[in-house]
Amino acid sequence: MEFIRLPKVENVKLLDRVSPRRSRVGTLYLTATHTIFVENEAGVRNETWVLHSLVCSLEKQAATSSGYPLLIHCKNFQVLHFAIPREQECQDVHLSLQRLSQPESYEELYCFSYKPNVDDEERQNEWDFMNLKADYSRMGLPNAHWKLSPANRNYKVSDTYPADLFVPESATPPVIVGSSKFRSRGRFPTLSYYSKENHAAICRSSQPLSGFSARCLEDEQMLEAILRSNPCSDFMYVVDTRPKLNAIANRAAGKGYENEDNYSNIKFQFIGIENIHVMRNSQQKMLEVCELRSPSMSDFLEGLESSGWLKHIKAVLDAGIFITKAVAEEGVSVLVHCSDGWDRTAQVCSVACVLLDPYYRTLQGLMVLIEKDWISFGHKFSHRCNHLVGDPKEVSPVIDQFLECVWQLMEQFPCAFEFNERFLITIHSHIYSCQYGNFIDLNLLPSTHSLWSYLWTNRTDYINPLYRPDHSQTQGLLRPSTAPYCFKFWRGLYNRFDQGIHPRQSVEDYLRTIQEETQQLEEQLASHKQSPTASGLILLPQDLNQTSIFSLSNSSDPESGIADLSCRSPLSEDSTRDPDSDEAVYSAA
Amino acid sequence: MCIMRQGHKEELMEFSEHIKTANVEDVVLHQPLHPPSRGTLCITGHHLLFSDREENSTRQILLLLRNIDAIEKSVENLLGYSSLFSKADYSKRISGSSGTITVKCKDLRVLQLDIPGMEQCLNIAHSIETLSCLNDVSEMYPFFYRPSDLSSQDQWGLSSSEKYYSEHKELHKRWRLSSVNRDYSVCPSYPPAVIVPKDIDDDTLKKVAKFRQSGRFPVLCYYHRKNGMVIMRGGQPLTGANRKRCREDELLLQAVIDSSDKGYIIDTRSSQQVQQARMTGGGFESKSSYSCWKRLHRQMEKGKALQESLIKLVEACGDESQNMDRWLSKLENSKWLSHVQTALSTAGLLAECVERDGHSVLVHGSEGTDCTLLVSTLAQLIMDPCCRTLEGFLALLEREWVQAGHPFQLRCAHSAYSHVRLQQESPVFLLLLDCVWQLWRQFPLALGFSEALLLRLATEAYFSNYGTFLCNNDQERCALGVKEKTYCLFHSLLKPTEKEHYTNPLYEPTDLAIWPSVHPQSLQLWRGFFLRWTPQTRHLEEAQEEIRNMVIEWGKVALS
Repeated sequence: MEFIRLPKVENVKLLDRVSPRRSRVGTLYLTATHTIFVENEAGVRNETWVLHSLVCSLEKQAATSSGYPLLIHCKNFQVLHFAIPREQECQDVHLSLQRLSQPESYEELYCFSYKPNVDDEERQNEWDFMNLKADYSRMGLPNAHWKLSPANRNYKVSDTYPADLFVPESATPPVIVGSSKFRSRGRFPTLSYYSKENHAAICRSSQPLSGFSARCLEDEQMLEAILRSNPCSDFMYVVDTRPKLNAIANRAAGKGYENEDNYSNIKFQFIGIENIHVMRNSQQKMLEVCELRSPSMSDFLEGLESSGWLKHIKAVLDAGIFITKAVAEEGVSVLVHCSDGWDRTAQVCSVACVLLDPYYRTLQGLMVLIEKDWISFGHKFSHRCNHLVGDPKEVSPVIDQFLECVWQLMEQFPCAFEFNERFLITIHSHIYSCQYGNFIDLNLLPSTHSLWSYLWTNRTDYINPLYRPDHSQTQGLLRPSTAPYCFKFWRGLYNRFDQGIHPRQSVEDYLRTIQEETQQLEEQLASHKQSPTASGLILLPQDLNQTSIFSLSNSSDPESGIADLSCRSPLSEDSTRDPDSDEAVYSAA
Repeated sequence: MCIMRQGHKEELMEFSEHIKTANVEDVVLHQPLHPPSRGTLCITGHHLLFSDREENSTRQILLLLRNIDAIEKSVENLLGYSSLFSKADYSKRISGSSGTITVKCKDLRVLQLDIPGMEQCLNIAHSIETLSCLNDVSEMYPFFYRPSDLSSQDQWGLSSSEKYYSEHKELHKRWRLSSVNRDYSVCPSYPPAVIVPKDIDDDTLKKVAKFRQSGRFPVLCYYHRKNGMVIMRGGQPLTGANRKRCREDELLLQAVIDSSDKGYIIDTRSSQQVQQARMTGGGFESKSSYSCWKRLHRQMEKGKALQESLIKLVEACGDESQNMDRWLSKLENSKWLSHVQTALSTAGLLAECVERDGHSVLVHGSEGTDCTLLVSTLAQLIMDPCCRTLEGFLALLEREWVQAGHPFQLRCAHSAYSHVRLQQESPVFLLLLDCVWQLWRQFPLALGFSEALLLRLATEAYFSNYGTFLCNNDQERCALGVKEKTYCLFHSLLKPTEKEHYTNPLYEPTDLAIWPSVHPQSLQLWRGFFLRWTPQTRHLEEAQEEIRNMVIEWGKVALS
């Protein structure tokens, strides 16, 4: 609270980027956790809430006729443009928010002050909801080829690895320890996914400390053991997800990649996904394009091209497909690494899992996958998502790219995923919001709440009504095309808060309604067959507020819901209100 | 050959001079989404027929020759390579040569035919080249097509000015139906009956027609029930370099609006373009002569530029390279989506003038047969719920495109693959369908028809069994007896057996205007059309089937 210089400013304008006419006047409040804008209009209580932890940058601009502009960019891609009447007020808000949005210690994170009305026992249950061991036993592990290793029980071998790890049956503790000493951050090769149909496995690690000529017998034995744990195959792939030049450069620092001559029966392959810095800049460029005031089609397409973003998404998906084909079609095991093995490796392994196994395309499966390949294997959420004030060069949208790959796949296979776009967007928001303890790399979890349990409790909001477990699209392997024209710009995420841009009616909401209604009617029919049912049914009225994506950090403005169903009821008076945004566009074009 | 019905004997006689080889055995057909198959190829006056030779299957592929936009042939003498073939193969090809014909269709499908025998291959190629672009309309297939389930006694068409006038009683006070064009002498590209202001008599109309390009004097095409405002369309005024005036033209426009009111003129050309147009006899309505009318200029691309845009887009979609930068730059460079954006935003502007500002609007470009129709059609869809049903949409197309004189024969003679030198081809109608698809994506519940309908229309305009899109205007259709001698596409689409496929299962009528977003992020490539023959489209079709099934299921339960 001591950081709040000014708790309340009146007569603040919230400007609308797309159409200036929709700008609103109201009061701005700063609280310990949120910035809240309350619109002045009589009769309506229209509030916009922004969590401090979602703020990613603040920008003061030169004064205009409407006041002193303060631009707030959020990590969920919301952009708020305030105009504050007096310079001093603007200065105070700016300084307060600057401090509030950059916590310096873990204790300041929102998850420690977020206290929903839940008792301790229930909260403990929330954390027990996620059980990775269950996923490994779903894969059929442990078995004759793979065993649970106690080597990292106390996080001594690798402090960024989970305690429970699966290694080849023949990998002895000395081999594990020896191999770990030859790998960056001790991240030795270990299992990520096992295909019980053909024994092929996806393993992951960090880069070997090979330099120009160094060798390590235990590391070579480790790979040999992985190869032997797949009785059907006489070689394995080692995939380095970096561009070859980057890997070669690492050799000078005593790191590098596997020499095919030293490891028996490996096929070595570079994949060429760019590093975190390239990805950060690329997303930044793309976001600049999204924020153009009234871009022409050419401005937009040229900007999208020069950002390179979709090219990078394609690279990640292509890498996932390479691994999927090796495992499913060739029956060959794959070891994946990059430098530290927690960014590109996490992306590629988890994309491959989504392609390989229909389970990871279910609601529960995707949560398990993120827990397994990202959280448990030490993706540095705090650095990458900038949870605490830190080095801006460590920030990178690595997890965004994974979520986008899943979205691109959903666009290609509309019936194959149990969850909807809203699910991905909600996960994305909460990775950045720090409302839940899942993405905080610290052992303070028990006093926080778990996102997974929240999502599971509210799962009806996240179900894709077109999902059919028995549909041909759902079965087995996904075989996406990665022809460039298959990739789309993800408007739903990057322009999520620009209301005028989205479809005005939602097929998904409509289908959900008739699905619920069909179920209800079927139940009614089953329970009392004699009673007459109304034959002329009207769709259940939709509560617009229900469509708002998540409870606290989102604007409570009912118009911000994904779907605008105003057109569904001819009596609604919304007809002149909603389209306002376009008026300027037609005339400006 | 069950497809051949009576009438075909005569047809075969007529076209036999172009067919030297009518049948070839042992042809291999490669087509998208199917494995190659071996069978018999047969060519007739209007069709390519391929019959699969696989046992237990009688699969036939019938391709209207008019669908073929371009062919590429390559023949090679195989004698030199004979040692490469096994004995059996060798004896089969003892003729010593074979050829390949790549067939590129107007529906964007690309087929390949491997034909044994160089001479046969060349004969087939020659027949396709000649028969696929016959210029004589009366020789085209719609005049030979005899479907068993439609009767030629059926009424032709769904709508007309007369019908529109009689359905809108509110019009009768200030508007009348004029038959000044009953013999097409005043405006060859207009239908015999048109709706004009009541105060303007036929003699005045004749004078106005002389002052407007191609005689296209301003006529009413839409009446907005909510506020009584109208959309008029016509050709450009022929003011020329000397700023000529026409009192009758000014009177007509004055009669459209009340004296106290004002109106808008949306000109689909830029202000520079209209100045240039004056040098060649065209022009615009000047402020001084038309003081109650405010001109708005929106430059829309048409003609050759639009055709080239389509060619570039189709070329980009066929690019096999995996390069993302290249794809995005080709997509941008084609400018197709920019044209979609301009068309929708101009239509939005028009609808805004009528619905929001409550003013009547006159739309024209130069001739008023292309972009003018595009904009007025889209604006009607935005504002008028009656146009959004399946029947209403087809009726709208009939009034605004077929009867309003969009020259389909010239515009749709060739499509994106053709090597023929461009003449008057231009995919304005395709652009309309793309814009309607964008509307459908943004308001998936508000339109009564399905994407399948748009896809069907996108091909029917280029090649068809039906007479609906034949010729360039009503006068030509009348002269050839199209309505007597061919069948009507719109009636066939509305047959009970077909109709379900073309209706939107999610349709929920709304009286509200549907304002499209024209942000670049809101507009998308129409994959269903431009990437129709890729396997990805299949997954999206499956999703549409799933949606249809869910609605059917819901309907069943609700009724029980």
